[in-house]
Amino acid sequence: MERPLTQHIPDNGAALHLREYEAVGGYSALRKALRDMEPAQVSTLVKEANLKGRGGAGFATGMKWSFVPMNVPGPKYLIANADEMEPGTFKDRWLLEGNPHQLLEGMILASYAIQATDAFVFLRWAYKDAAREMRQAIADAYTAGYLGKNILGSDFSLEMQLHTGVGRYMCGEETALLNSLEGKRATPRAKPPFPQVSGLFGKPTIVNNVETLSWISHIVNNGEAWFKSLSHTADGGTKIYGVSGRVNKPGAWELPMGITMRELLEEHAGGMRNGYRFRGALPGGASTDFLTDAHLDVKMDFAGVAAAGSRLGTGTMVVLDDHTCPVGFVHNLEHFFAQESCGFCTPCREGLPWTEKILWSLENGTGEPSDLELLERHARLLGPGNTFCALAPGAMEPLQSALKYFREDFEQHIKEKKCPYAHHQH
Amino acid sequence: MLSAIEIEKISHELRHVPVKKAACIEALKIVQQERRWISDESVADIAAMLEMSTAEVDSVATFYNLIFRQPVGRHIILLCDSISCYVMGYTVLRQRLHEILLIGYGQTTADERFTLLPNACLGTCDHAPALMIDDDLYRDLQPADLEQILEKYH
Repeated sequence: MERPLTQHIPDNGAALHLREYEAVGGYSALRKALRDMEPAQVSTLVKEANLKGRGGAGFATGMKWSFVPMNVPGPKYLIANADEMEPGTFKDRWLLEGNPHQLLEGMILASYAIQATDAFVFLRWAYKDAAREMRQAIADAYTAGYLGKNILGSDFSLEMQLHTGVGRYMCGEETALLNSLEGKRATPRAKPPFPQVSGLFGKPTIVNNVETLSWISHIVNNGEAWFKSLSHTADGGTKIYGVSGRVNKPGAWELPMGITMRELLEEHAGGMRNGYRFRGALPGGASTDFLTDAHLDVKMDFAGVAAAGSRLGTGTMVVLDDHTCPVGFVHNLEHFFAQESCGFCTPCREGLPWTEKILWSLENGTGEPSDLELLERHARLLGPGNTFCALAPGAMEPLQSALKYFREDFEQHIKEKKCPYAHHQH
Repeated sequence: MLSAIEIEKISHELRHVPVKKAACIEALKIVQQERRWISDESVADIAAMLEMSTAEVDSVATFYNLIFRQPVGRHIILLCDSISCYVMGYTVLRQRLHEILLIGYGQTTADERFTLLPNACLGTCDHAPALMIDDDLYRDLQPADLEQILEKYH
C-alpha cells in the first residue's frame, strides 16, 4: 500500500529537512516541470488526474486553476490554506510539521501552472511547530534556488511568505482568508467575482488546501494513471483519514481513498474502547451530517459519503459513543458555530445563537415539545442558499441529522426535563 | 506612542504590502508582542501610522480572538472546548483550572500570572483533551496533570 504523502515523515514526527527531502526525490518534479513542461501541461495533468480538493468541499483542483486568466500582466497569487480549524480535524498539521518541503514544492508547481508571482502559506496561530518548520523550509528553499528569481535557471520567479493568523474559524473560508491577508476582518466576499479572477488585492488568486497541494509533485512525477490507481474508487489518490473520540487508538492514517468507515474504525482506530458502544460519527469534521452504524460499509470517498447523506469533508471522523449525550454533543458544535459566525449576514448571526440556546435549554431541562420543530425550522432556514457563506449550512448538518437519528434522545430530554446522561458535561 | 522597535518592525511589514492598511493585522501582532495587549492608545497609534481611522483598526482588532483589547496576564491558557475535547472530558479540566486559579474564562489571576480563555479546536483531536499555554501544547491531559504544568510558568 503506497503512502506518497506521509511515507517519508519520520515516526517521531520530526520534520523532513531539505537534504532529506532531496534524498528521497524531493524537488525532482519541479526540475522536470521547469525543464520539460509548459505551465498549461501541469494544469492539464492535474485536471486529468481529477485531484479533488482535500479542504472539505472536494472541488476539482485542475478545474479551479483553469479559471485563472493567463497572459495578463501584473501579480497573481497562490495561497496554501493551512488554517486548519474545522473541529475534529488534525490532518494538515501532520503534513505541515512532517513534510514542509512537499507542500512548498506543490505550491511552486501550482504557482508555475497558473504563473503566480507570489505565494503565501496562511497558517493558523496554534500550529507553532508547523510555523517554525515552514519558516525554516522557506528560507532553505530560497538558499537552494527553489524560490526567488529565475528558479533553477528558468524564466520562472516566485516569492513566498508565511502568514500566521490571529484566530477565527472564518479565515478558512477562501474569500474571508483573502480579506484577512489584506489586513481586514475575515468576512466572506460576494461571489462572483471568484478569487481565480479577482482575489487577493483584486488580482487572480488560487487558494488550495495543504493536503491538496502536497499532491502536486507526486502527480507531476508519476502521472495521472498512477494517482488514480492508488484509490479504491473513482476519486483518485490516497486520503489522510483520522478518528477521534472514545476509540482505542485515535489517530490519522494515509489510506487509499474509498476505504469503508468500518475498516477505518475497526482496523485503524482499534474499535471502540471497552464499555463504549458506537452510536454515530461525523465523517469529516464538525460541519458534516452524522452517519450511524447503518452506514459502516459506506465507502469514504466524495461520492460514497454524499450518497449516504453526509459529506467526506476533511475525512477526519469524530465518534459519538453511547455515554455521550447527542444533544450535548450537538450543543457543543452549535456553540462553536455561533461563536465563530462573523456576524455579517442575519440568518447566521441570529439563527446560530438561537439554535445554541434551544439546545442548552434541552440540556438543562427547560425544553418544550415545540422546540424540536423550532430546531427543524432553523435547520431548513439556515440551510444552503439562505446565508452568505457555507458556515451556517455546515452548522446545520450535524443538527438536522442528529434530529433524524437521535430523536428519542431529544424527546427524552423534554419529557424527563433533564439530560439523562450521567456526565452532563458543559 | 509606538516604540522605536515597534515602528521598525511595522515599517518592515509595510515593505511587503501594496497598501498600508494591509499591514494592520501584522501591526497589531507586533504591538501585542511588545505590550501583551492592545490599548486604545495603541489602536490610535497604529491607525496613524497606517493612515487608517481608529474605528477601522479597532474593527479589525476586535474581530480576531487572539488580539487582546484588554490587559492579560503574563501567560495565556487556551483550553480547547471543541467537540473531540468535549467527548474526552475537557469540562473536567475547566473545572479544575477554575479551582486552582480561582478565575473563570476571560479573567486574569490577581498576580497577573495567568489569563484563562476557551479556544476552538487546537487540531490535536487524537490526543484530546488539550490546552496551550503561550506557545506550548499539552495533550492527553488528566485533571491531576494541571498543577504540575502550571508550575512551569511564572
